[in-house]
Amino acid sequence: MQNQEEIKRLKSIIQQLLDEAKEQGASAAEAGLSQENGLSVSARLGEVETIEHHCGQGLGITVYFDQRKGSSSTTDLSPESIKETVTAACSIARYTSADTYAGLPEKELLATEFPDLDLNHPWSISADEAIDLAIECEDVARNFHKDISNSEGATVNTHQGIHVMGNSLGFLHGYISTRHSLSCSVLAQRGDSMQRDYWYSVARNAQNLEAAADIGRKAAERALRRLEGRSLSTRQCPVLYSAEIASGLLSSFISAISGGNLYRKASFLLDALDTQVFPDFVHIYEQPHLKGALGSSAYDSEGVATKTRDLVSGGILRSYVLGTYSARKLGLRSTGNAGGVRNLTIDPGELDFQGMLKKLGTGLLVTELMGQGVNVLTGDYSRGAAGFWVENGVIQYPVEEITIAGNLKDMLRNIVAIGNDIDYRGNTRTGSILVERMSIAGE
Amino acid sequence: MKILNLARHAILAPAGIQDSDIEKIMNRLLSSSVDAADIYFQSSHSESWVMEGGIIKEGSHSIEQGAGVRAVSGEKTGFAYSDRIELPVLLEAANNVKAIVRQGQEAKVGLVYAANAVQYYPVANPLKSLPEQQKIDLLRKVDSETRKLDPRIEEVIVSLSAVHDTILVANQDGSLAADIRPLVRMNVTVIVEENGRREQASMGGGGRSDYNYFIDQDQALNYGREAVRQALVNLEAEDAPAGNMTVVLGAGWPGILLHEAIGHGLEGDFNRKGTSAFSGRVGERVASDLCTVVDDGTLPGRRGSLSIDDEGTPTENTVLIEKGILKGYMQDKLNARLMGVKSTGNGRRESYSSLPMPRMTNTYMLPGTHNPEEIIRSVKKGLYAKNFAGGQVDITSGKFVFSASEAYLIENGQITRAVKGATLIGNGPDVLTKVSMVGTDLQLDSGVGTCGKEGQSVPVGVGQPTLKIDGITVGGTSV
Repeated sequence: MQNQEEIKRLKSIIQQLLDEAKEQGASAAEAGLSQENGLSVSARLGEVETIEHHCGQGLGITVYFDQRKGSSSTTDLSPESIKETVTAACSIARYTSADTYAGLPEKELLATEFPDLDLNHPWSISADEAIDLAIECEDVARNFHKDISNSEGATVNTHQGIHVMGNSLGFLHGYISTRHSLSCSVLAQRGDSMQRDYWYSVARNAQNLEAAADIGRKAAERALRRLEGRSLSTRQCPVLYSAEIASGLLSSFISAISGGNLYRKASFLLDALDTQVFPDFVHIYEQPHLKGALGSSAYDSEGVATKTRDLVSGGILRSYVLGTYSARKLGLRSTGNAGGVRNLTIDPGELDFQGMLKKLGTGLLVTELMGQGVNVLTGDYSRGAAGFWVENGVIQYPVEEITIAGNLKDMLRNIVAIGNDIDYRGNTRTGSILVERMSIAGE
Repeated sequence: MKILNLARHAILAPAGIQDSDIEKIMNRLLSSSVDAADIYFQSSHSESWVMEGGIIKEGSHSIEQGAGVRAVSGEKTGFAYSDRIELPVLLEAANNVKAIVRQGQEAKVGLVYAANAVQYYPVANPLKSLPEQQKIDLLRKVDSETRKLDPRIEEVIVSLSAVHDTILVANQDGSLAADIRPLVRMNVTVIVEENGRREQASMGGGGRSDYNYFIDQDQALNYGREAVRQALVNLEAEDAPAGNMTVVLGAGWPGILLHEAIGHGLEGDFNRKGTSAFSGRVGERVASDLCTVVDDGTLPGRRGSLSIDDEGTPTENTVLIEKGILKGYMQDKLNARLMGVKSTGNGRRESYSSLPMPRMTNTYMLPGTHNPEEIIRSVKKGLYAKNFAGGQVDITSGKFVFSASEAYLIENGQITRAVKGATLIGNGPDVLTKVSMVGTDLQLDSGVGTCGKEGQSVPVGVGQPTLKIDGITVGGTSV
């Protein structure tokens, strides 16, 4: 197979890099290389707008001279450049300090099994077919309602990447993955009120993408329902995070239990291991070996084997999220999370979205968040928001130009329910999340 | 010509590409009836160093190079790029790209060389402006001097980085333009602790200069002092207020208000498409008559400055709002042509691998007549927001946010207590109509801004004098 030949060729470049590093005196080294190809086509107002052909590559190497470290990267894969890249990394390591905790992972933690995770599904779509698909999607959105007044267009993306990595402990592996998406963004206008919203679908296999017509319809519905939004008076009330934005709440939690923030003592969850962080019904875990999923991988960015494992069970924090360096700083072992968590999942409850609205009763449904506004050190949280005011489980009117604020420590502890309306599109799988009480600032 | 020759030497010579090869690629692009076409070559060298926990922990070096080719017909754009600067690869890219137009023609273009009228920064490689050992010594000095400032300091993280970016852009009229862009950046983050309470703060800066920028006038040590000062203020901070109130914004970096509230909304692409809350509003009042706002790419040595933009157009000082009236938009070539105006030199791209679009450079408000103390004194009850973190805008609804990282209550004309950071939210098209006082103290930010749009990041600057807004929503927790 052509792909296997290419992986073999890239593996030999990695081996050259590692050999060159040894040659130049490095005691250990780690290298990675990626090649990516793709096509991105967008259509706007029924006509093709852009056709982009992507073709990129890059390699990076980290060398260790005992415990001094240096890194270097390049987009030029010529033999001379490979040598120069290694030389640059080695010369940097002459100036960095010896760091007791620096180095490659423990050899026994490296992945030795490489199950087929079903990540490679090339999409043989021509530019013309992609244009037609984008136009079909946008047409549905534009014709959905008379108040759909304008469009930012629809975009089809298809992308294939080859990723190879190796280190001087003998780890050397590569895999191919694909990623395809279809998105649509339209504007709705009524009087002076103009709103924009979008919908998208993303998958490893194009057959698993949502139908173009569904994406167009959802984009239109989402833009329309925001029209004539108003602010709220400043108050405290329960807040329901819709499924598509609830992952942000979980990523703030992950950031707080990540090694880098823990060893710097820059987290509101310091020393929280084995303590109650969520209510007791909450179960959060990683599923790195899910077939065909967006976050799947047999090993992390250091080659350490990934595992299906609990982060939270019974509401109690069971494990941190660690790479090799941060684990050593904390006197622990890597959890296979260099580069982050994979297919993070929170178990759903019994209620669907309508049930969650009823459970919310009277309060705020948030469907969009703006700005960074999250301080992981203190847990202080204050973000711009838009959504809907809900009374007795029924949506009343759209809301905009408000902020929601609280402290993450309290917000996580005060989660009331998790919906079964799971959004499967990203690396985090969660339903909508209801938080008991937050501060709303408005007019 | 000097810069053009340096750029040729840096990018084309190693790849064995001659000017005649560029003509061949351009002719291939122009063999379809396109309205515009360009070939963008880039070679970018960068490095970064990090000191943490009292040791030099990380160092890295990076080289990125490649070329992007683009053909435009009407509103249609074809684009391809490659990391391999090789004639056959680029000819094939040109074939793919010109397929955006099906009609063929014969083309023959000869290169003409465009010399930059003005150069707003030095061409020398900032990575080589100090020997390695002196970079390390600078980091160590900032680390040790900062740690001495206060016993409550728990951790100091200092980073130092530089980029040397060389670009060459050939246009369909045969013009070949070049630019060499240095950029340096330093940052100091401190974590402080007192009675079990921990806080952190960061301060940094830089510009289109070299590493001596941080040594001159003690700049690097000042970042450390300022980071410590802000972190200690935060140790005392109480819950921020919630609700709509009068807010006084400090001078300098709080100018991120302008970037988010009006800047993005005045970019040409959104206005050509009619998707911005400011679309079709040139000549209308969008701010109080105290407000004059410009986007100025011509400031020497600033982080957001460019001698030419990424389409080869010289940058300008573009008036966006004059005494409250919307004057015009920021344009790249494509949107300018479609709107029947001239490019304002705002066509920017993250790199050869992405398409250019209208982007800001240095966006700031001109000074007014009020003394900053007088502005504070005029507020009975409100918030004084002195420093900010990032922001974001929805250009269609006009709603924008920006997050305060250092703020105080104003009570009866006096700054009283420090409050925690909070997000402020407002409506772009009317927030500046509520500006009731503008200070004399225009300041530009210290050189830290990075703007993201459609996944592309570019360095930018902002600035403003102290100003007073009669009512904006502050997202604290204290109701």
